[in-house]
Formats: sequence, C-alpha cells, structure tokens
Amino acid sequence: MTNPLRRAWLAAILALPVLALSPLTAQADALDNISKAGTLKVAVPEDYPPFGAVGADMKPQGYDIDMAALLAKSLGVKLELVPVNSANRVPYLTTNKVDLVISSLGKTPDREKVMDFSTAYAPYFQGVFGPANIKVTGPADLTGKTVGATRGALEEIALTQMAPNATIKRFEDNNATIQAFLSGQVDLIAAGNIVAAAILSRNPPRRPEPKFVIKNSPCFVGMNKNEPRLLAKVDAVIAQSKQDGTLEALSQKWFKAPLPAGL
Amino acid sequence: MAYQLQFGDLGQYAGMFASGAAVTLGLTAVSTVLGLTVGILGAAGKGSKFGPVRSLVGGYVEAIRNTPFIVQLFFVFFGLPALGIHIDEYVAAVLAMTLNLGAYSVEIVRSGIAAVPKGHHEAAASLAMTRGQTFIHVVLPQAIAKVFPALSSQIVITMLGSAVVSQISVADLTYAASYIQSRNFRAFETYFLITAAYLVMAIALRFALNKTGQLLFGRNLRAAR
Repeated sequence: MTNPLRRAWLAAILALPVLALSPLTAQADALDNISKAGTLKVAVPEDYPPFGAVGADMKPQGYDIDMAALLAKSLGVKLELVPVNSANRVPYLTTNKVDLVISSLGKTPDREKVMDFSTAYAPYFQGVFGPANIKVTGPADLTGKTVGATRGALEEIALTQMAPNATIKRFEDNNATIQAFLSGQVDLIAAGNIVAAAILSRNPPRRPEPKFVIKNSPCFVGMNKNEPRLLAKVDAVIAQSKQDGTLEALSQKWFKAPLPAGL
Repeated sequence: MAYQLQFGDLGQYAGMFASGAAVTLGLTAVSTVLGLTVGILGAAGKGSKFGPVRSLVGGYVEAIRNTPFIVQLFFVFFGLPALGIHIDEYVAAVLAMTLNLGAYSVEIVRSGIAAVPKGHHEAAASLAMTRGQTFIHVVLPQAIAKVFPALSSQIVITMLGSAVVSQISVADLTYAASYIQSRNFRAFETYFLITAAYLVMAIALRFALNKTGQLLFGRNLRAAR
C-alpha cells in the first residue's frame, strides 16, 4: 500500500489547488496579467441597446462593445466579451471574472468604495430633445413651448422645477410620451439620451435632437482598486479617442447625436 | 405593520385637486350637450327613410359601442395628427367623449322613439303635421321623457369614464391624483381622496340631472332610479 509512486501521486493531487491558486495570489499588477494572458476580459451589457445588445447576426454589438474593442486593440491583446446584466456587472469585477467593466456604468459613492473609475467615456443624460427648427438652448427658452415628459420620471420632476414657464404635458408611460412627440402633440420631449437614440434609430419624420441637458450622469470604465497602471492606460486611450474623433464617431453611430459638450 | 394614513401631505395640493375636479366637470358638461345632440340627430337618422343614412348611423354606433373608450381616445389624440389634423388634448378629450356618449345615446333615444305609440304619429298626421314637425313636437319630447333616466346614467358613466383622459395629459382629477402621488408617494391617501371626490361628483350630477328632468318633463318623467 505504501507505494512511493502512489504517495507522490497523492502529494501532487493535494498540491494542485495550491499551484492553481498561486498565479492569483501573485497577481501584482492587472495590466501585466492582461498582457501575459493575451486577452482582455470585459463585462459588457447583454441587453441594453445602444450600449450593448445582441445584433441580428447574434453577435454582441453596441457602444460599450466598440469601446471594449478599442481598448483591447490599444493594449495589443485579444478581446473576450463577458455578457452581464446591471445586477451582476460589479460582482463579476470584484471576483476577478473580468478585467474591466464597460457596461454603461455610472459613478456612485457606493461603487467607488469597491472599485475605481476611469474618466467618462460615454454620454448618459436626461435632457430636452426636439426638431432642429425649434431653437431652444436652455430652460428659459421653453416659455410658450410644450414639452412632453413621463410623469414621475427623474427628468420630469427636475424640469418642473427648472422651467416653471414651460407647458409640461405629462404622460403615463414612456411610449405615450414618445408617441405624443412623434405625432406633434408636443413641441419637445424630455427624456434620456438613449430613449432619443432609440427614436432616432427608426428615422422618424420628427427628429429628437439634443437641446440641453437636465441631468448629466455619464458612464465610466470600471476596474479593480489599486491598479494605477491599468487606470492610467485606460484613461490615456479614452483621452486619445476623444481627441482623434473616435468617440465622436461612436456617439454618432450608436446615439445618432454628437457627444455632449461636457464629456 | 399597519399603514399610517397621512392626509396632511395633501393639503398643499388642494388647488390642483380643485382645478382637476373643475376640468372633469367641464369636460362632462360640454360633451353631454354635444353628445346628446349627436344622440338625438343619430336617432332621427336611424328612423330616416334613406337607407345610406341608416347604415351610416348604424356603423358609427356599432364602431363606438364595440371598442374601448381609451382606444377611441388614443385614436383621436395620436391618430388624427397623422392625418394632418392637429387638436390639443382638451379638444381631443371632448371629441372622444362626445363620440362615445353620442353613440350610446343614439340607441337610448331610438328606444324612446320606438316606445311612442303609433297612434300619436297618426294623430299628428291627422292634424296635417309634417314628418319633421311630428318628430320635434310630438315624438321627441315623449321619447326623451321616457329614456331620461337611462340618459342620466349614461352621462354619469361618461363622467366616470373620463378619468382615462389623464392618459393624454389632460389635467383632470385623475391627472391631479397621478401627479400628486408621483411627488409625495402617498398613493393610497391620494386615490382615497379622488375616489371620494368622484363619488360625490357622481351623486351630485345624478341629483342635478334628476332635477333637470323634473323641470323639463314634470309628471311625464318616470322615477329616475
């Protein structure tokens, strides 16, 4: 029974989990690990167009997916997309299943406790939208104009306070608000930019183009804490893509609108 | 844990409740006058000797009575602009309510006309009254008197049904309630209050209609219950 071969085999099996764990414990720097592995694992939204959704060809597509591809290209590694939803996108990062979260993630104090954020890479805001021929640049210009909004939505409550002279017509749900705008029953619409993008993607005769921002809460790339080199690299790629027009092109492609001035 | 009712939060919205109730009553008043006019004309049309007129009225009545009110409302508000006809939400609400009440009252008034004894037509004819004169002076007053309670009920139903016009942003009583509860999240108190308001308004409307009926038709009026 006490066969030396058998004993060695047993020792090897017992040691295996320790060996398997060692790369994780030795993980000093995420950027090095990504280069070593040759793949960048990114959590992307699986069902949140235009940020990320499955396209007609069954492949994920969207602003976040293009952004992930851009980062992988800059790092010179392959891209591995990990579809997540809004509930599990942060846990995927904190349990090291992904290197980055690019999933229309907003910055909140609670999230900042567990992760670091890059600079903003995607526009996400509630605003007033309307056809090009209606000249509106701020809440003061809304006097005498009718604005459709969904009752109780963040933008409706904020606009009620911002523009007391506007005629705000409140509808029960998003679809009625959109319908009222498309049928011309209201001049303008207060909504999120992704709602406006969804309307624009159908090429309606009345186009909801951005007029002004009610509340801005852009999206950031999320990564684990204490990874200064990875953070610097991601920030550099974002800054570069803002400068060379790549982000502008992405915004036009997915939101059918230019990047807002603040981003 | 028992729910704590807090009506105190609603005090600041008293003006909004009041203007909402006024809008509901105003819409009801206008569409009652217009709707009953449509009903009487339609009932006359149903008794017309011209076939196309009868089919036209019949088609209108069936189309309205067999579709939901909210769909009719959306059709008017969202559909007409597509045809190039722009109307604001109050006009849309009055139009939809008028069309709805009109269709139901066509049938109610028609049943009243049918209940006028044939002898009355013959008597009018023997007095050399024309068809038109007979309808206006002999048939219609009796017909309305007979169906007045049914018409009153239909008017009350129209007022209660008007709650859905809040869906197209008409600031009626229900709109006020939805707005208020989206601000203070006191949904139960808010809807409790407007339920009571609708109840009081419906009872008051019924009472007013009964009084009107008694003034107009005196003893001819059947007990309006």
